[in-house]
Parts: sequence; C-alpha cells; structure tokens
Amino acid sequence: MTGTLLDIKDLLIEADIEGEWKPIVHRLSMTLDRGEIIGLIGESGAGKSTFGLSALGYTKPGCRIVSGSIMLNGMELVGKPDSGLRSIRGNKVAYVAQSAAASFNPAHTLFEQFAESPVQHGKMSAEEARASCVELFRQLHLPEPELIGNRYPHQVSGGQLQRAMTAMALGSSPDIIVFDEPTTALDVTTQIEVLGAIKEAVKAHQVAAIYISHDLAVVAQMADRIMVLRYGDLIEEGKASDLLSDPQEEYTRQLLNVRSERARKNQDREENIQLHIENISARYPGMTFNVLEDINIKVVRGRTVAIVGESGSGKSTLARVITGLLPPDRGSIKFNGDLLTAELKTRPVNALQSIQMIYQMADVAMNPRHRVKEIIGRPLEFYLGMKPEARDTRVFELLRQIELPEEFSERYPAQLSGGEKQRVCIARALAANPDLIICDEVTSALDQLVAEGILDLLLNLQKKLDVSYLFITHDIATVKAIADEIVVMHQGRVVEQGGKEAILSPPFAPYTELLLSSVPEMEPGWLDDLVSRRKKGEAPTADSIGT
Amino acid sequence: MNNTLPIIILKRLTMGLFILFGVSILITVGVEALAGDVCSAVLGQAASPETVAACQAQLGLNQPVYVRYLDWLFNVVQGDFGTSLANKREVSELLSKRMGNTFYLATAAAIFAVPLGIFLGVVAALYRNSALDHAISSSTLAAISSPEFFVGYILMAIFAVSNNWFPAISDVESAAGFWSRLYVSALPIMTLTLVTVAHMMRMTRASIVNLLASPYIEMAKLKGMKPSRIIIKHALPNAWAPIIQVVVLNLGYMVVGCVVIEVVFVYPGLGALTVESVMLRDLPIVQGTAMVFATVYVVLFLVADILSMLANPRLRYRK
Amino acid sequence: MMGPVTFLKELNFSARIGLFIVCCMAFCGIFAPWLAPYSESQIVGDVWEPIGGKFIFGTDQIGRDILTRLIFGARNTIALALLSTTVAFLAGALLGFIAATMGGVTDQVLCRLVDVCISIPTLIASLIFLSALGTAVTTLVLVIGIIYTMPVFRIARAVAMDIEVMDYIEAARLRGENLWWVMHKEILPNALTPLAAEFGLRFCFVFLLISSLSFLGLGLQPPLADWGAMVRGNADGIAWGFLHSLLPAACIAILTIGINLLIDRWVHKASGLRDDQ
Repeated sequence: MTGTLLDIKDLLIEADIEGEWKPIVHRLSMTLDRGEIIGLIGESGAGKSTFGLSALGYTKPGCRIVSGSIMLNGMELVGKPDSGLRSIRGNKVAYVAQSAAASFNPAHTLFEQFAESPVQHGKMSAEEARASCVELFRQLHLPEPELIGNRYPHQVSGGQLQRAMTAMALGSSPDIIVFDEPTTALDVTTQIEVLGAIKEAVKAHQVAAIYISHDLAVVAQMADRIMVLRYGDLIEEGKASDLLSDPQEEYTRQLLNVRSERARKNQDREENIQLHIENISARYPGMTFNVLEDINIKVVRGRTVAIVGESGSGKSTLARVITGLLPPDRGSIKFNGDLLTAELKTRPVNALQSIQMIYQMADVAMNPRHRVKEIIGRPLEFYLGMKPEARDTRVFELLRQIELPEEFSERYPAQLSGGEKQRVCIARALAANPDLIICDEVTSALDQLVAEGILDLLLNLQKKLDVSYLFITHDIATVKAIADEIVVMHQGRVVEQGGKEAILSPPFAPYTELLLSSVPEMEPGWLDDLVSRRKKGEAPTADSIGT
Repeated sequence: MNNTLPIIILKRLTMGLFILFGVSILITVGVEALAGDVCSAVLGQAASPETVAACQAQLGLNQPVYVRYLDWLFNVVQGDFGTSLANKREVSELLSKRMGNTFYLATAAAIFAVPLGIFLGVVAALYRNSALDHAISSSTLAAISSPEFFVGYILMAIFAVSNNWFPAISDVESAAGFWSRLYVSALPIMTLTLVTVAHMMRMTRASIVNLLASPYIEMAKLKGMKPSRIIIKHALPNAWAPIIQVVVLNLGYMVVGCVVIEVVFVYPGLGALTVESVMLRDLPIVQGTAMVFATVYVVLFLVADILSMLANPRLRYRK
Repeated sequence: MMGPVTFLKELNFSARIGLFIVCCMAFCGIFAPWLAPYSESQIVGDVWEPIGGKFIFGTDQIGRDILTRLIFGARNTIALALLSTTVAFLAGALLGFIAATMGGVTDQVLCRLVDVCISIPTLIASLIFLSALGTAVTTLVLVIGIIYTMPVFRIARAVAMDIEVMDYIEAARLRGENLWWVMHKEILPNALTPLAAEFGLRFCFVFLLISSLSFLGLGLQPPLADWGAMVRGNADGIAWGFLHSLLPAACIAILTIGINLLIDRWVHKASGLRDDQ
C-alpha cells in the first residue's frame, strides 16, 4: 500500500479577474502516497481550494489550468478530455464540499445521491449500493443507518449531512478524497464529532486524502503532512508534527500564534454598571417557545463582556433585544441607570447614540453606494449636528484612529479589503461617541491574521476611550483573547457567567466543559485522545449533557 | 412552522375567493363608469328625457350602486349574468358558447406549446452558449418582442395569402367535424403557440441556468456525471417550481391573449366578444366577460402556486 | 458613477445593437417634423401605392405616405408609452418602497389591493376603463400608468425587500434615521440599477399594450399617426397582397427587441415572465 498515487508538478492555474487572466496558483507541486493525508492550509486567496480541486482535474468556472502536470496513478489529467475526466471524478477521486447543506441536491434522498456515483460508474448495482450505503452510514455513526438514507437533505442536521457526504465520497471506494473545509460551517461541538468520524472512516478505508482548511489546529489533527499556502505560493511544507513544533517560516509562526491571550491589566475600579439586563425573556412573533429565557447580565464601564454560544444559543437575539429591534416579553434593560424602553422607535436619540453596533459581515453593514466619508460622517451629522468642515476633520481623525490613510475617505466599500471594511465599521460606531459597542461576531468572517489586527485595534481603542464592549461570538479563542467577563449561553439560557479566569478554569459547568474541550488544539494526536476519552466517558459529549 | 401543506393550500384557496370578490367590485366600478351615459348613447341624442329615464329604470340605473352590485352578484352566483342590451340574448348562453371557442383555441395551442417550450428550454440550457442556443434564444426574443397581430398577420400573409393553405378567416361556426375545425383555426393556434412557446422556453432555460451555479450542481460534476444527467436529474427537478409558474401563467395568457388574435382572424371567441361589447357598451356582457377572464387568471394563479408548492421537496416532506 | 464611455465599453455586442436601435428610433421621434418628407396627415397619392415605388414604403389605405406616418408614429407611440411607464414607475416605486420599509399592516393592505387589481388582465382592464373614460391623451397615460403601477409595485417592493434585509439598513434604523432617509438615501441608490432595467422591460410591455389597444381602436385617435392603428387601418390590404400593415408592426417588434437586447444583462430574474404577473 505504498507508492506515489498523485503527483502534481509545476501547476499553474489562472483566473479571469475582471476580464484579465491572472495566476492564482503559482507552479505548485504536490505528491500524495497511498493512504496518506496531506493538509492544505492558508487564508482566503491562498489558492488552496483551487489547488486541491485540481486533483480531480477540475477548475471552478472562470479558472483554467495553464501548464503543469497532474499524474494520477500514472495517468495525466491535464488536457484529458471531459469524458475521460468524468470516469475519474467520483470514482477514483471523490470530493467532500464545505457546505453539505448546499451540496446535496434538495430534490433527491440521501440514498439516491449516495448510489449515484457507484451505480453510474458501473461499480455496483442499486441493491449493492444500498447495502454499502447502510454500512458506511453505520461506520460514520449516523443514527438509524438503515432508514436515514430515505430522508431528504433538509430533513437531516448539518453535522449529519457532512458525515453522509463523507460516506458518499467513500461509496465508490476512491483512491483519494478531497475534503474542502468540511467542518467550517459547523458549530464547534458538532465539528469535533464530525472530525472524529471522518478521521476514523478515512483510516479504516486506507484512503488517501487532501484536507483543505484555514484552521491550522484542525489540519494538525487530520493530516500526516502539511503544506502552508499563501497567495498561490507554497510557504512551507513538512511532516505535521515537525511543522507544528518547529516552523521555519515567519508566516507559519504567525498562524500558529493566532489569538494568543492578551495581557490585560485588571484595573481595580469602582463597579460602574453601564448596561444591566434583568430577567429578559423573548420570542420571535409567531413562535411558541422562548428564544431567550430569563437572562441577567451586567456590563461594567470600560470592560468587555463576551457572550459565547453556538448557533441557536440566542446570543444574537440578545443583541436584537438590547438594541430594541425585538421587544422582550418580560424583563427590563437599564442603561447608565435609566430604563430603556423596549421598542427602538420610542427610544430617545441619545440612548441610540450611546449604544452602537458592529456587524459580522462588514460587506453588507455599509451601504455600497455611500463613500467612506459619508458612512463615517453620517453619525457625526446626525447625532452631533456637525457642519461639513468639522465633520470632515473628524472623519480624518477617526480614520487615523482605525489606522487607515485619509485618502480612504473618498472610497466606496467595494474598494476596501475585508479587514479595512471592518475598520470603517468600527470608525462609524466610534463616531457616535458611544458608551457601549455591541460587537456581533465581528471577526468571524475575517482571515485569522486580519482578525488579530481587528481585536488589537478594539482593545487599544478601549484603553483610550474607556468604551465597553458586549462581544458576541462562537469562537472560544476570541473570548480568551479579549474578554474580561464571560457569559456562556446555551439554548436561550445563560449556563454560566463570571470573570474570565473563573470560567476558563475548573470546576466547569458541563456545557462549558464540552465547549472548551471541543476547541481543536495544535497538539497532534489531541483529537484521537479526545475521541477515546469521550468513548470511555471521561469527557462530556453532546449526548451526555443532553443537547 | 407547523403549517402543513393542506393548511397552506386552504389558506391560498380562501385568498383566491377573497381576490375574486375584490375583482368583482373593481369590475363593477369600471362598468359603472362605462354606464354613465349608456342610455343616451343607445337611444341617440334626440331621445327625450322621459325615454332616457325609462331606459335607466329598466337597467336599474336609478338604484344605488351597491344595490345593483349585490343584485348582480346574487344572480351571478346562480349562473345568471343578465341579458344583453344589444340583442336581448341571455349573457350566460352567449358567454358559454364563446368560452367554448376560446378554450378550444387555448387548449389546442397548449398541447403544442407546453411540451415544445419546455423541451426547447432544456435543450438550450444543455447546449448553452452554443450556436443552437443562440439561434433558439434570438428567435424567441423576436417572438416575445412582436405584438401578437404582427405574428398573426405574417402567418396570414404566408399561409393564407401567398400560399392558400389555411383560411385567413377562422369561421369555426360553420366548420363541422374535428379536422375541419382544426383546419379553420390552424392560423390562430399557430400564432398563439409561437408567442407562448417563446415565453416558456426562455423561462425554462433561465430557471435551469440559474441553478447551474448551485453547489449541488458542482458536486454532481465532481461525481463525474454527464452534462445531460446533470441537467435532467439534478437541475430540472429543482427548476420545476418556476417552470410550472410560467407554464400555468402562459395558459392564462392563452385565454386572455386571444383578444387580439381573435380580432385578427375574426375568430368568434370570448376576446372578440369583449371588444365588440365594449364598443357597443353592452354592459352585462362586458361585466360577464371581464369576470370570466379574471376568474381564469385567479384560478390559474392558484393552481400555479399550489403546484409549485407540491414541486418543492422541502414543502412536500416536512421535517 | 459611470461615465458614458465606460458605460459603452461595458456593453457587449448585442447590447450595442440594442442601443443603436433605441437611439435611431428616439432620433426619428425627436426630429420627426424635419425628417418626414410630408406632413403627418397629408394625402399625397393613391390608396396603397406599392412599396419601393415613388414612395419608399408606399401609401396607406387613404393615400398618406407611410414613411411619414412611421416617423410620426415613432414620436407619438414612444412618447405615449414613455409617459405611461413613467407614471407607473413613479407611483409603483413609491408605493413599493413604502410597503417594504414600513411593513406590517400598510404592506399587507397594499399587497392585497395589488393582488386584486393584478387579477384583471391588463388588456381587459384597459379596454373597459378607456372605453368608459375616453381616449384623450391624458386619460390614456393615466389609465395605462395606473394599470402598470401594479406590477411595478411588486417589482419595486421585491427589490426594496432584498435591500431591506441588509445590515446597513438595520444600522440606519438603529441610528434613529426616519423612514424618508431610509427610503431615499439607503434604499433608492441601490435600487436604481435594477429598477432602470425593469423600466426598460416595462416600457416594452406598455408599448405592446398601447399598440394592441390602438390596434383594437382604443389608442391615439386619427389623424395622429400611431403604429398600432396603422396596422389596423392597413390590415384589409393583406388579403389583397398589400403588406403595408406589416411595416409598423415590424417597427414595434424592432424597438422592443432593441430595448430587450440593451437591458438584458441587468434585468431582474423575473424577466422573460409576462407582464401580468
């Protein structure tokens, strides 16, 4: 079971960017042996997906292979006609996509889609495919493996779909599976279970794999060998354990050090409570159950409270209640000692001014038809009644504070990078001179190193301006990096809250422990260890705490 | 989220009834405006005030609008649309005969147009950006851009004037037997087919091409599936909802679009009747035909909605 | 935000053809009195003189020069369609934006009203109302404009709803901006491109409707030249082999094709759907 399976040499791939062909994969090479798992890691624009997909002889629409060679088992894929490539895809090389929910056809059952590859490629009859489907679903720990195949994709949860997709890839016993960020769209506790199942199945079937991810810790758990890519170039390549313990390149080191804890001096100051949420319960119109149940939270001036939870925990709903977009059924919100009315419309302008919000997707948080100076300038006019000259001066000042040049004031959002957009959103929030800024997953859509910069900026601004943050996130690493206090939410309730040290050290509440233990670590073997401990019942699982 | 399909459909049906009720009010308002001087128009300038008053009394025009509306509604529910002002015939009798003619035209056109439109749409999507696709797309663009009378007169010039293959005037009243009826109405059927095929083909193609960017289509490609299988097995089942919408709406159009085509070929259908009676200010007929057209529309909107719900697996199979 | 030169560069081959057609027709319409060889209703020859003879496109059923009538017809028919479409867009977009930004009861009421109105086929509705109210130019513009307000309302509401869910709208609301600001500063600039394309598409529908109406005798009244009425007037000639009535019909088709080619890239997904939905 050894020998080179896949040998990619000097592969050059170009993309059509606004009518011009520009290289996005710069003469990259890769070899993959039987049964080996190689990890491709990099930030967005690294070319990792494009490079990974080339193992199927496939490029996304708008891309083309210019030169180089892709040898699969001694067979050249570059220049091979479509009919030849079709006999390889789904047969010799299979693919697992990032969003299983979108990649399963909504019109067919899981079983129909499983059977398609093996039956169409002439490997199995429909009956054999069904038997193999049940067996693989069982191996991937899907519930009711005999029956779940009869369901339609929308009737199955995200984590289960991702496992079903892995089963589908294994269905025609391929030599190689390309995993393209298969767990990125999942919650952290689900992710770890899916990762465990994938790893087990891949090892059991002795299949080689290309594992693409932006998360070094995830790749560290899955891969034997790692390639670090950036802007279509190879930065570093090596055995997983070597690369993680002794990175040679600065860029790799930066990726490894992402979201390290920031030293925060714990200022002793009088407890000046700014936001006080008392007994809040809320539901969306037409819903029969509460999305928030009896929430109590205090935010102290100049401090950061992180609200952490997975999807469905109610953390974003809480932001809507605080801002007045969703009036609560019960409970009250006090701001600087004054009661805030439930409805946005009935709140006085100065109450709106003192609570500002920053969103996850900076792209859609700014009007694409407004210039940066209008975006930042509007709160200045609106709240502070500034005349154009004073306003422009202040816009320049704010641009300096967010570390962007003054020329940016004339730009439209589309002319900014992701990180720059988020900085402009921060400036817009600051322009109102707020007391509290609600940050809703502000770093989740950003590359790790860019997100680092945003976190640093937010902390610096807090030191200077004494503003408080209510930081809503699903990412434990972010919480560790910036929080003073932590509120853990689960299914609409506060599970645990308190100072950072208290929450992050034992004894843990069961859900907090599950959450913390599910965050992938860089240590190779950590996943195997966790899976075996969970099997023995030494570590909590989602089932054991009843989620 | 606990709405099951039957409940959604029931809601939609109630909605349809409500809309029909609103439509009947709106049509009455329009017809009221039309009625303004119907008596003096019918009796001529020389009529004495007394005869005009007598005429108005006969039509019930001296009663308040809502009384007349309720009377009319009450009768219509019982199938009585009143009597024609022009020839004193029962409106319902006239309507049913003309309706039969128009539905014959629409059905005949639909039998050709629906399969052809969908087939051409799938073919154009499959060979998109090929010469075949461009040819289909540009000819259908020409067809949807032309007024129906243009298409009608061109066909007439070719098939009835230059070559004496089909009659220019569709005298179905005197045509006996299935084949002779089809023969005399061949040109209006062809016109209607041409115009609607174009719409259905374009929509079918667009719905399929829209879906081709979906991740599950890319997945199917990466599973090594043939392009024809991708279109038919993976894209088409998900494109049914918009295709059904456009097919059903075109069926509605076939009934309503007949107006112009019927005038062109002097075809004795509901559309021609509407135009004649609007000119003659024959109120009961106008009210009746407008109501029939609106009902066809409302019913077809309903059918389109319900069918596209049924075509959606997310609605068909609940969690 | 885009200069005319870059705009032209952005256009592909078929869109440039479309632009050319639209410009030609507009040119004919604007400069009609100077371009036409005769005056609008002047009788210059015999009935149905042949095409390509003394008169390039022959003469019509009472001996007027068809080329002249076509050029004036361009002016009259296009101007009428343009005015009606503008009325429809002003009313429809305003109501659609209001429905989308205010939501709740206002939205419900407006939507249900439009549901009712849109269930009467446009041609039938215009037949009834025009024959009741007469066919003066203002009446034509208003009746057709109001009838087309309904589909425009739906489109504008849909476009505004797509924008409405964006975070920047929420940000504006949280800032405390009023409805007017949200509508004209936040939504309108983003709705302009899709609405402009829709304007083109709706213009085609209005144009075809007006042609059909005047073909049925309910459009612009003689002696004003109008393409639809010209088809109607010369229709009897077809039986005798005089194809004069196809010329104005072809003009209608060519202009509609031109607009379709020009706007194709920007049209809302609903394009290709018929107007009555």
